[in-house]
Amino acid sequence: MSKHHVTTTVNGEPAEFLCEPHHSLLDALRDELKLTGSKEGCGSGDCGACSVIVDGRLVCSCLMLAVEADGHAIETIEGLAQGEVLHPLQRKFLEHAALQCGFCTPGLLVAAKALLDRNPDPTETEARYWLAGNLCRCTGYDKVIRAVLDAAAEMRGE
Amino acid sequence: MPKMSYAAPATIPEAIGLLANAAGLAKVMSGGTDLLVQFRSGRTRPELIVDTKKLPGITGIRVTDDGFVIGAATSGAEIGECAALVQAWPGVVEAANLIGSTQVQGRASLAGNLCNASPAADSVPAMIAARATCVVVGSKGRREVPVEDIVIGPGRTSLARDEFIIAFHLPRRPAHAADAYLRFIPRTEMDIAVVGAGVSVTLDAAGVCTDARVALGAVAPTAVLVPDAAAALIGHTLDEAALAKLDAAARAACKPIDDKRGTIAFRTKVAGVLARRAAAIAFERAGAR
Ligand SMILES: Cc1cc2nc3c(=O)[nH]c(=O)nc-3n(C[C@H](O)[C@H](O)[C@H](O)COP(=O)(O)OP(=O)(O)OC[C@H]3O[C@@H](n4cnc5c(N)ncnc54)[C@H](O)[C@@H]3O)c2cc1C
Ligand code: FES
Ligand code: FES
Repeated sequence: MSKHHVTTTVNGEPAEFLCEPHHSLLDALRDELKLTGSKEGCGSGDCGACSVIVDGRLVCSCLMLAVEADGHAIETIEGLAQGEVLHPLQRKFLEHAALQCGFCTPGLLVAAKALLDRNPDPTETEARYWLAGNLCRCTGYDKVIRAVLDAAAEMRGE
Repeated sequence: MPKMSYAAPATIPEAIGLLANAAGLAKVMSGGTDLLVQFRSGRTRPELIVDTKKLPGITGIRVTDDGFVIGAATSGAEIGECAALVQAWPGVVEAANLIGSTQVQGRASLAGNLCNASPAADSVPAMIAARATCVVVGSKGRREVPVEDIVIGPGRTSLARDEFIIAFHLPRRPAHAADAYLRFIPRTEMDIAVVGAGVSVTLDAAGVCTDARVALGAVAPTAVLVPDAAAALIGHTLDEAALAKLDAAARAACKPIDDKRGTIAFRTKVAGVLARRAAAIAFERAGAR
């Protein structure tokens, strides 16, 4: 099987990699680009730990082939902080203790960012439905939702 | 994942050629939310995946003189963002938007939902109730097929190996017409329909139903169109006698499986209940416009 050469943008920077046709985007991010923030919880679209944003849309990187990324813009958890400065969502997750083991956290943060990108003032119900595809075994979700709503309020300047 | 090769043709003839000439199993891919799960688990072992998403017109929604043309690979998220479609076909949109999580919505398409041929596919009863048709292309040319003629059994379609869907067509709506889709799942998100019901109605100015279509999901090997259920509504307002007949016709159409997610008796009863509730929503929406 011949390898595919993929040219893409990751977190605003041009990126290139070689991949096998059966590799998932998650495989390529982790193994080729060494961006190991995105996690594989299930590999079947159920847990959301692999969440990334492709051309502005939230998707599971485990359910997208790496070759499909060619010519598209990818945002991963590694692009959330600006250097040493945490994104408000990241700060609020820490403040609200919205993580324990942390395995689900990158996916939740990326999914929450995608939510706030299109809806800066979500209701609790909207936030819960939006994040329903991100499973967390530890927190019970309440602290996660509080952190997201608090970050949203801060970002609105409230 | 096991080995395979991947192609993303830029033209329809090229895509048909790839499918027609593949030595082994070739699979068309839209969003991949069914295909890649099955591929990864080894349930399907295609030698070639033909990604449709570079084909012209395969994504996006166009409003035409006769209604809507929805590209076969248009994602659920995009469908939900099309205000004109939400206005005209709220039931089809709510059904498409029930598929999976936000992440799955970013990729999942109507063509994949239909051609995966699961009896529980959410958008299918809604599309059948809506008289949606598909534009199918293949080496023998192009044909337009009603959605209900595509799936012939669990995991099986009537498409030839070199055929695939490029678009769906939804008709234009007259005044006082609307649709609705409801499903029963044991929780509120991220589950497979135990029963699904799609109802589309057209009313006259007095609220009497002049046209109706009712389709059910997850109660038979394929989604089923239930003409008797539609007949129970036509000529009537939303009164208890009509609803009782609708309920009975829906139950009579059920040949469900018995499993841990729902017994035969439960699925049959719920089919009647959901048909009633979906009809009530469709009537209310139709009356309000
Ligand atoms: C976490 C999760 C939750 C889900 N929840 C739901 C749910 O609630 N309800 C539900 O109904 N489904 C659900 N699904 C299943 C799946 O997301 C849907 O069926 C989806 O609509 C499939 O669309 P796709 O574009 O991803 O299909 P793909 O995976 O690309 O294709 C599916 C099948 O259709 C064929 N196909 C694709 N495009 C075409 C075409 N243009 N012409 C002919 N054949 C084609 C493929 O060869 C394949 O056999 C879920 C899946 C996951 C992973
Ligand atoms: S790893 Fe992708 S959804 Fe679980
Ligand atoms: S913090 Fe452990 S899974 Fe969410």
